[in-house]
Amino acid sequence: MSDFPKIITQNFDIENAWDINVYIERGGYKALQKALSMKPEEIVEEVKKACLRGRGGAGFPAGVKWGFIPKEIKPRYLCVNADEGEPGTFKDRNILEKDPHRLIEGIVITCYAVGINKAFIYIRGEWRKIARRLERAIIEAKEKGFVGKNILGKDFSLDILVHRGAGAYICGEETALMESIEGKRGLPRIKPPFPATKGLFGYPTVINNVETLSNIPSIVLNGGDWFANIGVPGDGGTRLFAVSGHVEKPGVYELPVGTKLKEIIFRWAGGIKDGKSLKAVFPGGISAPVLTSDEIDVSADYNSLQKIGSMLGSAAIIVMDETTSMIDVLDRVVAFFHHESCGQCTPCREGTSILKRKVSKFMKGESSQEDIDFIEKTANSMIGRCLCPLGDACGLQVATIIRKFRKEFEESLKKRV
Amino acid sequence: MKEEKEIPSEILRIIERYPNKRAALIPVLHVFQEKFGFINPEMEKYIAGILGISPASVREVSDFYTMFKRRRLGKYHITICSSISCHLLGSRKIAEFIKEKLGISPGDVTKDGRFSLEEVSCLGYCDISPVIMINDEVYGNLTLEKVGKILEELSEVRDE
Repeated sequence: MSDFPKIITQNFDIENAWDINVYIERGGYKALQKALSMKPEEIVEEVKKACLRGRGGAGFPAGVKWGFIPKEIKPRYLCVNADEGEPGTFKDRNILEKDPHRLIEGIVITCYAVGINKAFIYIRGEWRKIARRLERAIIEAKEKGFVGKNILGKDFSLDILVHRGAGAYICGEETALMESIEGKRGLPRIKPPFPATKGLFGYPTVINNVETLSNIPSIVLNGGDWFANIGVPGDGGTRLFAVSGHVEKPGVYELPVGTKLKEIIFRWAGGIKDGKSLKAVFPGGISAPVLTSDEIDVSADYNSLQKIGSMLGSAAIIVMDETTSMIDVLDRVVAFFHHESCGQCTPCREGTSILKRKVSKFMKGESSQEDIDFIEKTANSMIGRCLCPLGDACGLQVATIIRKFRKEFEESLKKRV
Repeated sequence: MKEEKEIPSEILRIIERYPNKRAALIPVLHVFQEKFGFINPEMEKYIAGILGISPASVREVSDFYTMFKRRRLGKYHITICSSISCHLLGSRKIAEFIKEKLGISPGDVTKDGRFSLEEVSCLGYCDISPVIMINDEVYGNLTLEKVGKILEELSEVRDE
């Protein structure tokens, strides 16, 4: 059906692929053997060549991130971000459930490449069952000698610990995640210093997303150039596009970076549910500024979406059909950010509170033209002024919804009179 | 040393794996939450003693994370996703239906202690929206009919 490789999802349709023996039968842990015969720097070089950009949302090149770790300081840590909480995103869950050893192999190779002996997998608290299975997978890997002391007889040891969150979206932000592992409230830190120099417990820390790390085994086996050639220049490989909302076939689709957004929605996800027409799309989770139906003929990669004022984020595509009320959508957007704001910085804490009050007023039918303007003004005043991306994303999303769908908001005022 | 002997081995095993004691706070709170269904000031004081931090340091954390509760949850704790993807596919109707059936609002527990209800942000199951979780189980592609059946079944389960 397709002429591009499946990297992350190659085992998704295989029964019991989460079992280590099935994973090994399918060529699993061969990349680790190869990696351990290479010099750590060579692996970092391949990952740099691969142009593997972070799959969590910010899109920072993974190899470059690894290269920032200072050579002389020990210990150093790896944090695996499995705190998948961005509304619309469910790709990492699919990896954790269906092919956890691909992630574990990626973690071990990464730790070898960067010289790390302790990794923490921060998984969202609600997924207790998935966390337990992951712990079991780590024990299996340990029994086979892929994790633990002197991995495959080499002078390299690694302990992997699964750390469950406890219901806070903000802990998906890298520094909040580290605070949370340290046993504190999940409050983002002011950067700099960046995690590469001063991260978890104050030591140099690499933090990567589940999908990012799950790409590492294939990069080691096939080389960085092979991976880079799959995507678009500077943004290599495939993405797990998680499509949800008003589509015929919601689900995860692994496609090359740069596949057209339109193609993902209409060809792969089966088009709009019940033959309706498309109204709007969030192309990268609820934090990615909304696109209208005539903006989706765009390549789904970091740069192309940024150029049109949105972002690829976690590649979670939320599709809204013609019957969707954007007032209702705005209400859900604002309710989410208000609930998840950590309260640390004023623009976000107060901004989301004001927005929530104003949008509730709108929902009750008590708004006026000034309220629309005030919502937009409040949202704009948050952008670029918050401590972490949560508040900025909220401001940008709200401002974009009002800008692109202002007519709908104004018309709803008229209807009430 | 004497004090350490009194600490349950389950908790000691958690502490051992972290570079310092405080880092074990969230996993330890999980142990208590799962065992008792809530976290109270006595437990916070006890945990503080074990980890060598102040009770206030425990409280600020137990208070921050929504999965730690001050009052006991129902035997079946129902969390309803209220985020965008589930919303687009009718989660509001599902929520109204459950509220009506159980006669409680989010944050409440039924009088018999069987059910509690909570509206939460995205649970990461948007491929099967709308979803609810009941304790650790996920129920997706919900319709009112399906939810009705699930609630009925759980109402009939005999307490051991």
